Amino acid sequence: MQNKKRTFKIVQHTLLIVFTLIMIYPLVWMVSSSLKESSSVFVNAYSLIPDELHFENYITGWEGFAGITFKTFFINSAIIAVVATVGSIISSTIIAYGFARIKFRGKSIWFICMMLTMMLPFEMVMIPQYIMFNKFGWIDTYLPLILPTFFGIPFFIFLIMQFIRTIPVELDEAAKIDGCSTFGIFFRVIVPLVVPAMMTSAIFSFYWRWDDFMGPLIYLSTPEKYPVSLALKLFSDPNSVTNWGAMFAMSTLSIIPIFIIFFFFQRYIVDGISTSGLKG
Amino acid sequence: MTELKPTGPKRKKKSDYQNVTGYLFISPFLLGFFLLTLYPILYSLYLSFTDYDLMSEPNWIGLDNYVRMFTGDETFWQSFKVTLMYAGVAVPFRLIFALLVALALNKVVEMAGLYRTLLYLPSVVGGSIAVSIMWRQLFGNDGAFNSILALLGIPTHSWLGDPKTAIWTLIVLYGWQFGSSMLIFLAGLRNIPKTYYEASSVDGASPIKQFFIITLPLLTPVILFNMIMQIIQGFMAFTPSFVVTNGGPVNSTLLYVLYMYRRAFEYFDMGYASAMAWFMLIIIAVLTGLIFKTSKHWVHYESDNK
Repeated sequence: MQNKKRTFKIVQHTLLIVFTLIMIYPLVWMVSSSLKESSSVFVNAYSLIPDELHFENYITGWEGFAGITFKTFFINSAIIAVVATVGSIISSTIIAYGFARIKFRGKSIWFICMMLTMMLPFEMVMIPQYIMFNKFGWIDTYLPLILPTFFGIPFFIFLIMQFIRTIPVELDEAAKIDGCSTFGIFFRVIVPLVVPAMMTSAIFSFYWRWDDFMGPLIYLSTPEKYPVSLALKLFSDPNSVTNWGAMFAMSTLSIIPIFIIFFFFQRYIVDGISTSGLKG
Repeated sequence: MTELKPTGPKRKKKSDYQNVTGYLFISPFLLGFFLLTLYPILYSLYLSFTDYDLMSEPNWIGLDNYVRMFTGDETFWQSFKVTLMYAGVAVPFRLIFALLVALALNKVVEMAGLYRTLLYLPSVVGGSIAVSIMWRQLFGNDGAFNSILALLGIPTHSWLGDPKTAIWTLIVLYGWQFGSSMLIFLAGLRNIPKTYYEASSVDGASPIKQFFIITLPLLTPVILFNMIMQIIQGFMAFTPSFVVTNGGPVNSTLLYVLYMYRRAFEYFDMGYASAMAWFMLIIIAVLTGLIFKTSKHWVHYESDNK
């Protein structure tokens, strides 16, 4: 019986390991291709081991194109992602508190509106928003990419709301007895306690903004203003690429910020996903 | 309603205060809702009846855009068909895949965290352009996939160049990012009380039977939610077809949104693209509605028993 159990375990782990390796193979392949010599990337393409480590791919790739280095693109991405994330988290937390804790007339109607907005694909408002922002003269600026986040992101509002609901109302009441106003309760009691939910939202927000491609594609036209996603697409266009190693190098670099955040904060992401169970 | 009066002026004042603070707190949402959601949606509906090209003023042309869409535009039907196929195959594929992996991981005690982390990784980076670019190279003629096939002695194929197979590379890309669905299923599995399994074991139920009578029914609320969100996402996919195949070959991977994007931002056919957006919204609303309607028959809520 004991032996049978052990055999089962070995089989189980072998299968899981093989499966996991197949799943992460493409990512490892990308990283290893970034270290191969350009001309050898597609010779025995399956191979994960570069004959020599060609770190110079990273240097040539970094030079970018049209005289703009990837430093510019990374800074642009960082500005967009950070400002949009800060905006969306501050506004979403404020809104979530209103929905979770304050009783006011018409609340349920607005809550339904928010849930419907959450289900509504961005593509539905993409064209009219473009026309609006075009009229405001915001094309080729970061405003269309950043400003809308300051009105709260329904997914984050919902996530933070669910979290606030787990905080005992007695805490609010105790603070009220001590003479705290509604705003005081929000800032002194709720905000410090919902930090984990805010973190989860911030991580998602950063991912989405960093990866966002369609927004910049529609709104930006000056290469100096491109974020990494858009720059990478241009850099890798099939008819313009000759230096494959450099292309893979910049692809790898572009996902490093996401990796770093993932490895440092994965507890928040896993908790956030499994408790809210929404986006994917 | 006159009964409310005796509560006195003091009570009323408090509820006024609450109303005002409530609206104050949700005011960012309200502003955004009216300016960035409701108004644009209505504006898009209006545009769908015009021939707006960004330069001249919109002209009212009635149902012309819709008539053109349904009767005179084969590319539209092609993109619709491709998207139906994409969402119809890729979504179940991802969900089943995620469920199977979650079931396997649920039984593992050692290194469960490591497996979970590694298997979630593709989803973490999945939205990025880098992954789409990599996919294009991976399935390219001299890419790693063909190179592995050659190694195994299997004939290679022009996966991205053949209209029959190109869409499958996008479906596999979608399925590959099964991580968040897997995490949601894992959380759902953890929430099923162990006693259910113990009780049915005593009754002599096999693991397969247990899966169908305990696990699956108790997971249905999670499956429902996942399914709806994934279908919306599947219908609205853009980046993979734009970057991996650019809609080709011969429009075999022309996802709906890619065609809509081209109409709007390459041909500046804003009215037509708006009509396309509305058609898609209606299809999604009908599908979601149907799923919710039928869900009564297959979704099991624990609270039903209480």
